[in-house]
Amino acid sequence: MSATVEIAKVPPVVRAAKQVKQRRSVSKRTLRVVSVMSPLVILVTWELLSRVGVLDARFFPAPTLVFRALWDEARTGDLWTQSQHSLSRLMIGFVVGAVPGIVVGVVAGLSRVVNAAVRPIISGLYPVPKSAIFPLFLLFFGFGENTIWYFVATGVFFPVVINTYSGVANVAQIFYDVAENFGARRGRVFWSVALPGAMPSIITGVELGAGMGLIMLAIAEMLGGVGNGWGYMVWNSYQLFRIESMYAYLLVFALVGMLLALIVGLVGRRVTPWIARH
Amino acid sequence: MSIPTATAVDTKIRIRGLSKTFTVPGGHVVTALEDFDLDVPQGQFLTLVGPSGCGKTTFLRMLAGLETPSAGTIEVNRGTAGRPENSMVFQGDSIFPWMSVWQNAAYGLSVRGVAKAEIKETVGHYLDATGLTKFADTFPHQLSGGMRQRVSIARAFANDPEILLMDEPFSALDEQNKTLLQAELLRIWDETRKTVVFITHSVDEAVTLSDRIMVMSAQPGRAKAFIDVPFDRPRDVLQLRHQPEYGEIVYDIWSQLKEEVEKAKQQADERVISSKRGLFRR
Ligand SMILES: Nc1ncnc2c1ncn2[C@@H]1O[C@H](COP(=O)(O)OP(=O)(O)OP(=O)(O)O)[C@@H](O)[C@H]1O
Ligand SMILES: [Mg+2]
Repeated sequence: MSATVEIAKVPPVVRAAKQVKQRRSVSKRTLRVVSVMSPLVILVTWELLSRVGVLDARFFPAPTLVFRALWDEARTGDLWTQSQHSLSRLMIGFVVGAVPGIVVGVVAGLSRVVNAAVRPIISGLYPVPKSAIFPLFLLFFGFGENTIWYFVATGVFFPVVINTYSGVANVAQIFYDVAENFGARRGRVFWSVALPGAMPSIITGVELGAGMGLIMLAIAEMLGGVGNGWGYMVWNSYQLFRIESMYAYLLVFALVGMLLALIVGLVGRRVTPWIARH
Repeated sequence: MSIPTATAVDTKIRIRGLSKTFTVPGGHVVTALEDFDLDVPQGQFLTLVGPSGCGKTTFLRMLAGLETPSAGTIEVNRGTAGRPENSMVFQGDSIFPWMSVWQNAAYGLSVRGVAKAEIKETVGHYLDATGLTKFADTFPHQLSGGMRQRVSIARAFANDPEILLMDEPFSALDEQNKTLLQAELLRIWDETRKTVVFITHSVDEAVTLSDRIMVMSAQPGRAKAFIDVPFDRPRDVLQLRHQPEYGEIVYDIWSQLKEEVEKAKQQADERVISSKRGLFRR
């Protein structure tokens, strides 16, 4: 008799199944809500703490004030002017860095002689902190746009060349054998095997390069004496103690960084339609 | 051992004294093939069987020109100008992941700069023959292993080479798909009657498909025995297996092969022992 009582007390298996089901269906939405909420929670907390004076409003102005400052910059047209300077530097530097990066990476990946020549140079230069070589660029190119372009380009070049090289070098030998067996010559091998085979890795390089380019842009605009651009505005606002405006331009950097990652991601997906995605 | 030779005119591939050695890291020399002779008549479906590591792939790669012989000669009697000499169906996955099924199958033709209309017709025909028409625009990652293998076969056939080299094209497939693809291959081959050099580990497959079977010796690879397969063509894969001679031929090949497989196993064991000895010396 006691046995039946015990059995009656044991929770049925159905409950376990229900739990699993609930957890799964809820989790997707919860995850999305959480990832929207968590920055919001921080912003709201920041706003409150800054308003009631727990955070020093001089150093941590309330987010609403930062957005307000950004809005003012946009309204007066300043944001647009600064963005034109910065975006053109970023784009020129990006192209000047990424194109040679891809070319050198592919050639080094295909030719053992070129690889032997280029490899020690790249692995020797790569570990030097990029910010540390800015004075060198000033020495070479003086204060001006050139310096910024080349400095940004340098930052973009390294991740692109390294990833491109390893992408090309890691294309499985069998695909080169196939190309050879079907009579492909150098140019055809490049376009039909080396480049598409390396493309996912090249995209990774470009993604990292774009992020690096933004860092380089900020450094160069702060130290390069050009007197405009997002980086300059951050530095200038700091010196004039216009902290809201400083945060506003930091926000611009964050948004541009996110936008760059988005664009590279979209373009990347476009040029590698053969990769399985979920 | 005598080599059955066809008349000189009919010989498509003529191989004399072919050897291939590899120097592996550590300076050790591996003799993959040694003093290897073979004649393949025009239009013959020849299959190579032999223990793993006996040099079958090495031989096929030398035939394809992807590997240079260490000694000896390979002579290929060329036919009409403009057709490629050979196309290979490689061992393992070899279709380009970044090309659609269509682009993969059209690869050889577009490399050769064949006219668009002709590519369309030829590729269309072979995709049809391999049952891939519906998947023409699909990328390989969405295909099953068997379908990818069929793309590889379509790619080689569409290139219309004089000689077809096939390195274990069906080894990764399940039994049902294998039987279906063997039937497809027989049908496509009947259309063209190309010279084929085929590699397999399956004795059944060898007997089903071939005109002649070469059993290779364990490393270093040599021609150990030739077995003619007398069945009429076109063949039916399933009916063939009910023929009284079928079992005899299979048994014949197996008994030749068994010795070599055992030898290969012994070689492998010895290698393990000698590498252990090497360990003690150090
Ligand atoms: N590139 C290479 N470098 C060194 N050794 C090699 C190379 N290619 C093949 N070999 C050796 O040559 C021998 C023959 O190899 P091969 O691939 O031709 O064998 P196989 O008969 O095709 O075997 P399997 O049936 O397993 O595919 C093996 O001992 C292998 O280790
Ligand atoms: Mg092999």
